[in-house]
Amino acid sequence: MTGTFTAFTVVFTRDLRLAMRQRGDSLIAVAFFAIAAVLFPFGVGPEAGVLARIAGGVLWVTALLAALLSLEGMFAADFEDGTLDQLLLCGEPLPLIVLAKAVAHWTTTGIPLIVVAPLLAPTLHLPAEGYVPLIAALALGTPTLSLLGTVGASLVLGARRGGVLLSLLVLPLYVPVLIFGTAAVEAGITGLAIKPPLLVLAGFFILALTLAPLAAAVALRQAAQ
Amino acid sequence: MPFPIRGLCYGPGMGAEGFEPTTFSGTGLACRRGGHSVFAGLDFAVGSGQVLVLRGANGSGKTTLLRLMAGLANLSTGILSWDGIPIDHDPEAHGIRTRLVGHQDGVKSGLTVAENLTFAANLQGGAPEAAIQNALHRFGLGRLADLPGRVLSAGQRHRLALARLLVVPAPLWLLDEPTNALDEEAFATLSAVIADHRTKGGMVVVASHGTAPTTDAVALDLGRFTATPAPHWSDAA
Repeated sequence: MTGTFTAFTVVFTRDLRLAMRQRGDSLIAVAFFAIAAVLFPFGVGPEAGVLARIAGGVLWVTALLAALLSLEGMFAADFEDGTLDQLLLCGEPLPLIVLAKAVAHWTTTGIPLIVVAPLLAPTLHLPAEGYVPLIAALALGTPTLSLLGTVGASLVLGARRGGVLLSLLVLPLYVPVLIFGTAAVEAGITGLAIKPPLLVLAGFFILALTLAPLAAAVALRQAAQ
Repeated sequence: MPFPIRGLCYGPGMGAEGFEPTTFSGTGLACRRGGHSVFAGLDFAVGSGQVLVLRGANGSGKTTLLRLMAGLANLSTGILSWDGIPIDHDPEAHGIRTRLVGHQDGVKSGLTVAENLTFAANLQGGAPEAAIQNALHRFGLGRLADLPGRVLSAGQRHRLALARLLVVPAPLWLLDEPTNALDEEAFATLSAVIADHRTKGGMVVVASHGTAPTTDAVALDLGRFTATPAPHWSDAA
């Protein structure tokens, strides 16, 4: 008999395997992140002082947009090829399957973004004190982006121009993560305590972890009607 | 207050002994689409070992009725019950006893044929490797096991979808136009598979235009339950 965590593992491993086979999808997100971040020195000018001031915000905004890029495919493929029906009929709690998809999305998109961000930071002259808070804030914030993304990705199933609609739905939800993510980097640079913004990010994560899978599950059932 | 008992024995342990005899029935079912009534006041009942064939013109609601039966679409009117217990008392249990093969084959192009089937089996609680191999061979997919889903033809994808019926036994099969894209050999296989399922006490609901892949089935003509004439394009003029 299937245990609840078996369904989680089954969906998670399948998504990872598919992502490994279709590596392009997560590479595109990372490549977008790199190119978008590198555009700023060209646009703003190479003055180290100006760039250093905006580095944290630029990295966060571009990381957020890169995560958004890969959200659309999260449920769309399963919806279009009929796999969603199988997931709905497998008798396991749907929020758990949503959680598996979110964890898989974070593993294939969030982790690469966390790895690449410190490599991009020198082009933006991020001060040395900013690196640790940047990585910590991304590590706490990107899972929230994936979790909130499940809600948007499931709501736009079957909609025309779902990708544009998805960004309209999800980006406002990302604003709190953005504010406290950049605040952590800012605090690190100016010598303030970085713990408070990181704790707020952790709070957002817990909130998204408990609520987003439930909301996405309702939206998925609606989409399958 | 009777405790909702799952009216079947399922899972890997379920073998030749078959399914517990039971009835799947619906009363007063209705379907509305785009503000128009598609069908209303529809009743049906299927017992163990029986096949119900849904007949009707395009747009008469065959697919919708199958999705209602699977518990995927919300029931606005009427009641669906398994063994006398409404299915919405325990939707998870109804999902476990139901296998739906619809128009979409649910085949991942990035996974091989064997991986696709193993995923389906694991999702349904897991199956021994022998059961997966057996299902592949039954539908003539044995030699294709290591090919990625993207190279399959429409008929082969559909056979892979049908092979999912066999990996983990479930008593209720809902098949939407299952003979589409099938060649004569696969048609014969499907007929044999359905016959086997019936002898084990399983039940099948098939939506079909052409020859149904079974004999002595009960037919249900959805056209009889059309409450209002289907809207015609010239009505708008």
